[in-house]
Amino acid sequence: MENLKRRNFIKLGGISLIAGGAALGAPNIVLGATRKVVVIGGGAGGTIAAKYIKKADSSIDVTLIETNKTYHTCFMSNEVLGGNRKIEALRYEYEGLKKHGINVVHSSASAIDVDNKKVVTADGVTLGYDRLVVSPGISLKMDAIEGYDEESALVMPHGWKAGPQTSRLRQQLEDMNNGGVVIIAPPNNPFRCPPGPYERVSQIAYYLKQSKPKSKILILDAKDKFSKQSLFTQGWKSRYDGMIDWVPGTDTGGGVTSVSAKEMIASTDFEDFKGDVINVIPPQEAGLIAQSSGLADRSGWCPVHLDTFESSIHKGIHVIGDACVATGMPKSAYAANSQGKVCAAAIVSSLNDTQMATPSYVNTCYSLIAPDYGVSIAAVYRLSADRSKIASVSGGLTPTDASPEALRREVQYAYSWYDNIVADMFS
Amino acid sequence: MLALFKFSSLTAFLLVALVVSADNETNMLTGTCIVCHGDSGASAGPAIPNLSSMSPNYLMGAMLAYKYEKKDDLKHAIDSDDDFQDVEAFARESTIMNRIAKGYSEAEIKVIAKYFSEQKLYFAKQSHSDENSQAGRELHEKYCASCHEGEGKSSEGDSGVLAGQWKPYFLYSMNDFLDGNRQMPKYMKIKLNQMIAGSGKKSLEELADYYASISNSLE
Repeated sequence: MENLKRRNFIKLGGISLIAGGAALGAPNIVLGATRKVVVIGGGAGGTIAAKYIKKADSSIDVTLIETNKTYHTCFMSNEVLGGNRKIEALRYEYEGLKKHGINVVHSSASAIDVDNKKVVTADGVTLGYDRLVVSPGISLKMDAIEGYDEESALVMPHGWKAGPQTSRLRQQLEDMNNGGVVIIAPPNNPFRCPPGPYERVSQIAYYLKQSKPKSKILILDAKDKFSKQSLFTQGWKSRYDGMIDWVPGTDTGGGVTSVSAKEMIASTDFEDFKGDVINVIPPQEAGLIAQSSGLADRSGWCPVHLDTFESSIHKGIHVIGDACVATGMPKSAYAANSQGKVCAAAIVSSLNDTQMATPSYVNTCYSLIAPDYGVSIAAVYRLSADRSKIASVSGGLTPTDASPEALRREVQYAYSWYDNIVADMFS
Repeated sequence: MLALFKFSSLTAFLLVALVVSADNETNMLTGTCIVCHGDSGASAGPAIPNLSSMSPNYLMGAMLAYKYEKKDDLKHAIDSDDDFQDVEAFARESTIMNRIAKGYSEAEIKVIAKYFSEQKLYFAKQSHSDENSQAGRELHEKYCASCHEGEGKSSEGDSGVLAGQWKPYFLYSMNDFLDGNRQMPKYMKIKLNQMIAGSGKKSLEELADYYASISNSLE
């Protein structure tokens, strides 16, 4: 009854008007029938999609499926490696979302029945949906590097999904002797958090410079260039001169192709490198559920309509965040947040047969080179006229001639961004 | 009678659709702001400012100044739109907003400014020194209160809302004013210079603590 009232009587300037939608047959809503949305994945994209659907129309039944009861943000996890943040400070729970009326189911989605619009969880629960949002993040391709698997990842942590892997990598840095060699092997594009490996290098260098200043960092890259390269290079020279050696893809022959966890060796096609701590960041693809349900194409990522994030493979299913191909947008938490909001607006408009707002997208990625040295890349995006690209209409990098005060402030803005985005996700 | 009913319900339906659509557009646009500036412009802080309950002219002026970094461009943008007739052209430097603001049209800037101006004033949860805030209150009364009315809660005359603002942001702003990185009204410049000459730079910290001390409970 509550829904019926809200829909039929809408106050405009103090005058109650009878919308009479049902009488006119205009809105395609069966009054009284609950519309169901299921969201798979409680990260930077999924939490936002769930919350903003509920905020826009509380009559929609929203269920969030997330494996973990506690979530560790990947963003800011490099600061744990630098030592200025504890892993506990990355940890969040889902109580805040429940307060918005979202059903939170702690299980993993094991299958999507596309034809019958149902999700089956690992616990055997079946959840029907009118619309499904898939925000599974990434899956690490553990078969891409010879010798690198779940077991060797305990010896050579990837730390690319925050949590125990992050703590393990930090512990190895703490245990390393002064004068040790840290090897970092970043993957080829596209991957989660393009500036992430290089912020990680900075944070590790920050720690080593204070505690183990004779140590070195060797970056065996798969690529010939990387995100914010000029800013990182400048920052490294200014703060960690002589400590970091970056080997580009041309010289590694495309990066690390095999590892030996037993001998602590990372090998390219040309050479073997011995390290005391080896951080392998494997190539990635869309999260497992996206693969098994056929939402990903041969690239391993999920193609979507860029105005709604509805899959261009399966109707009624939207894919957001790292898993989707958002063309001009990077795989970042802020991008996932922005996509979650656009996707929520699309779903609410579609379920209520109203006009969707013009999509507006944004991203900012801060990278902390030192506690008083932050840099960023930002962009505001629009859908291109032919709808084939989420195109940047403004933005850019921190200027290379930014003042020390500006670099100092960027760190503080990064912290504020962090506090605000986690509040957006979890409260 | 039936025809009349049909007409009025159709009109009503269209009106409703229009209203909903305007809200949708506002939510879409402001959704891009609140990731950094907080839900309703209430920032989780500590360095990114609260935007809630600032005046529309203040917010439009800030966005336009970030968008148009050259003084002449800013002046031209303000002069060529009647909705900006009461906006003052004060240039301001920034780390990132200059990169972001260029992505929004004048029409969008108006929508964004209206939205945040209508949000309830938020008092940031932060600590302050009582000793400093006592001194700050006196400084406020002497140098600031004639424009920043109601303990800095008011946006009257398009002055910035200071009560409850995050301290680090407040100090960034004040230092920018002093260093010439942010322009200010002539009268403010006189008052600020008088304050610094009379009480030194520590007065900025004291003011920051004073505005941080203002909260709902005083209402």
